[in-house]
Amino acid sequence: MYLFSAHNITKNYAAHTALKNVSIDVSAQTIFGLLGPNGAGKTSLIRIINQITAPDEGELYFNGEKLKPHHISLIGYLPEERGLYKKMKVGEQALYLAQLKGVPKAEALKKLKYWFEKFEILDWWNKKVEELSKGMQQKIQFIVTILHEPKLLIFDEPFSGFDPINVNLLKEEILNLRNNGATIIFSTHNMESVEELCDNIALINKAEKILDGKVHEIKNTYKANIFEIGYNKQEINFNEIVPQSYEILSDIHQNGISKIQIKIPADEMPNQLIKYLIPHMEMHSFNEILPSMNDIFIQKVNEQKQKSF
Amino acid sequence: MIFLFKKLTNRSKNPFKSITMKKIRLIIQREYLSRVKKRSFIIMTILGPVLMASIWIVPFFLATMSDEKKVVSVVDETGVFVDKFESTAKILFVYETDLEKSRADLTKEKYSAVLYICKPTNSIPDHAMLYYSDKSPGIITQSYISNAMQTILKNNLLINAHNISKEDFDLINRTNIKLNTEDIRTGKKSYTEIKTALGIFSGILIYFFIFMYGAQVMRGVIEEKTSRIVEVIISSVKPFQLMMGKIVGIALVGLTQFALWILLTFFIITSLQIAKPDVFKSPKTEQAFDAGQKIPSADQIQLQKLQNQEIKEMLTGIFEIDYGLMILQFLFYFLAGYLLYASLFASIGAAVDSEADTQQFMLPITIPLLFAIIMSNFVINNPDGPVAFWLSIIPLTSPIIMMVRIPFGVPVEQVYLSMGLLILGFIATTWVAGRIYRTGILMYGKKVSYRELWKWLRY
Repeated sequence: MYLFSAHNITKNYAAHTALKNVSIDVSAQTIFGLLGPNGAGKTSLIRIINQITAPDEGELYFNGEKLKPHHISLIGYLPEERGLYKKMKVGEQALYLAQLKGVPKAEALKKLKYWFEKFEILDWWNKKVEELSKGMQQKIQFIVTILHEPKLLIFDEPFSGFDPINVNLLKEEILNLRNNGATIIFSTHNMESVEELCDNIALINKAEKILDGKVHEIKNTYKANIFEIGYNKQEINFNEIVPQSYEILSDIHQNGISKIQIKIPADEMPNQLIKYLIPHMEMHSFNEILPSMNDIFIQKVNEQKQKSF
Repeated sequence: MIFLFKKLTNRSKNPFKSITMKKIRLIIQREYLSRVKKRSFIIMTILGPVLMASIWIVPFFLATMSDEKKVVSVVDETGVFVDKFESTAKILFVYETDLEKSRADLTKEKYSAVLYICKPTNSIPDHAMLYYSDKSPGIITQSYISNAMQTILKNNLLINAHNISKEDFDLINRTNIKLNTEDIRTGKKSYTEIKTALGIFSGILIYFFIFMYGAQVMRGVIEEKTSRIVEVIISSVKPFQLMMGKIVGIALVGLTQFALWILLTFFIITSLQIAKPDVFKSPKTEQAFDAGQKIPSADQIQLQKLQNQEIKEMLTGIFEIDYGLMILQFLFYFLAGYLLYASLFASIGAAVDSEADTQQFMLPITIPLLFAIIMSNFVINNPDGPVAFWLSIIPLTSPIIMMVRIPFGVPVEQVYLSMGLLILGFIATTWVAGRIYRTGILMYGKKVSYRELWKWLRY
């Protein structure tokens, strides 16, 4: 069952089209990556999901119902452009934002104390926001976003501005949230974190969705049958060992280790490759090289660019 | 989990309206408290009444403050002025005959100044010299001396040169016309001066309030936009609700400040009156009786009576005005006028990226308000004329102009018409501003033009 679905969303601004017939389906308790280059329409879609703006066409469903204003309290949103009132005290402000989401004051206070303790920032409570560093402010924004225990969380570039230690802390929390029942839409350029966190993705470029599906399925679809073999250093003329249809991409000797990458035809099995190689070398490793999400992202975006020329 | 979730959605469906109201109330509360707790608010709240009270008190203090007594030596070659100058608490006149001796004494600082009146070329003296050393006599001393000389000269001419009897002379001096005006329906006097002052004062006050609190709304919106908190907030509430929450919150700040000012001013004045009652005696009375060692002449007593009567009439005039009604009307025009403009201020804040960019959009707001203030002088002179009527009906100028007119009495139907149109005007500007606001608030890094704003209006 999908927790959130958008069907054929179109949004036009005066000068340009931000979204053209975009549909996404987000399964409950999964992390959904919303990918795309700058200006592709991600933020427009996120604003529509948050009911900040309305789509010109298309329907939105939350847990099977049509998306209505009262669903706001079930959605948590961490925008890319985020800030806090600079002159307001940290605790007071967190309390205010939580209450705006509909959490009763006493409950909000209790939960805030819990999270502030967990993130070890309880002594910031009475500080003014302007006294905190940007990373510190981001932590508070993160807490405020998840405080009302929303069913659907939307993070727009959540890791920007964090140091590696806090990025890990945040990743852990995001995975925790999913394991505890939340569904997460996660918009980013950071492909590494996509591979680490996301179950499903949708790639948006120039207002259109150009790719979607499960991360491992996409990677399998885009794999190029490339294998990397590690072997002990010896002079081998690979062109004599493997058939001509096999393509040797690279042969590197570094730090006493030799690695070769070979691309085999789509209808051949890796076992065949091993069979060719075994008699001639001492094999140490054999891996399939799967394309990274980064490669797929760049490939798809470039394909579309060429199409439009 | 799903069961709980369903329960949650069901619960939030029905009381949706009340949740919205709760959120708006939260916004109002934050806007109000964050401003009222600010140091600048507290300083303004204390400083305002001190300034207002000092407008009342300083002249009294200044009048009683005795600076150094000046001694002026008069060397009169004409003989007309000898023993005629009236010494006051501040200037003592002594009469000498030898100019050189006086000038020598002046350098020895025996005198503050020497007044030398030389023999005139024709029969009437028309000039005099005032010598001083080191410290130049102030403009007040100078004008006092030249006024005194003119009066002495006139009296001398009338009594001596034209043989007018002492009685006739006193009679001439005592002529004084007081023009009283009266409403034949109510039998009340009109006290135009008081009404003029009151009208202008309340008009300026409204102008001042609209700008002060309107600018606060604008700055608040810019703050939310530049700090980028706005996107977080409008994922919880509608932009319009955020805008109205801010506007209402700041209106309450304005009302609080206004109420505190009135209370504190009243408190300062009464406590001073109790602590130092002598300060508030009319300074004129004291000076007049203090003047020299002379017993006041019948003439002066007469003058004093007249003055006292005028003060009494002023006071009855002040008490005659229906303040309850006026304050109610003032509050209405302040609130409605502020609401009309505040949403425009908010939309300007939403359209720009920083306060520096606001200038180009401020003009359409500044012009009608400034125009109203300039026209209020004209309206005062003819409070029932067509200009006064139209300006007090048109919503953009009516908050100021109607307040200027109200002390003079405005037909009830005109007041209702003006109020009704002002409310309609407020709804219209808020509608327009709301549309600009909700688009502008999410627009960054774009130089916005009027054409762009027009586009936003039609989204």
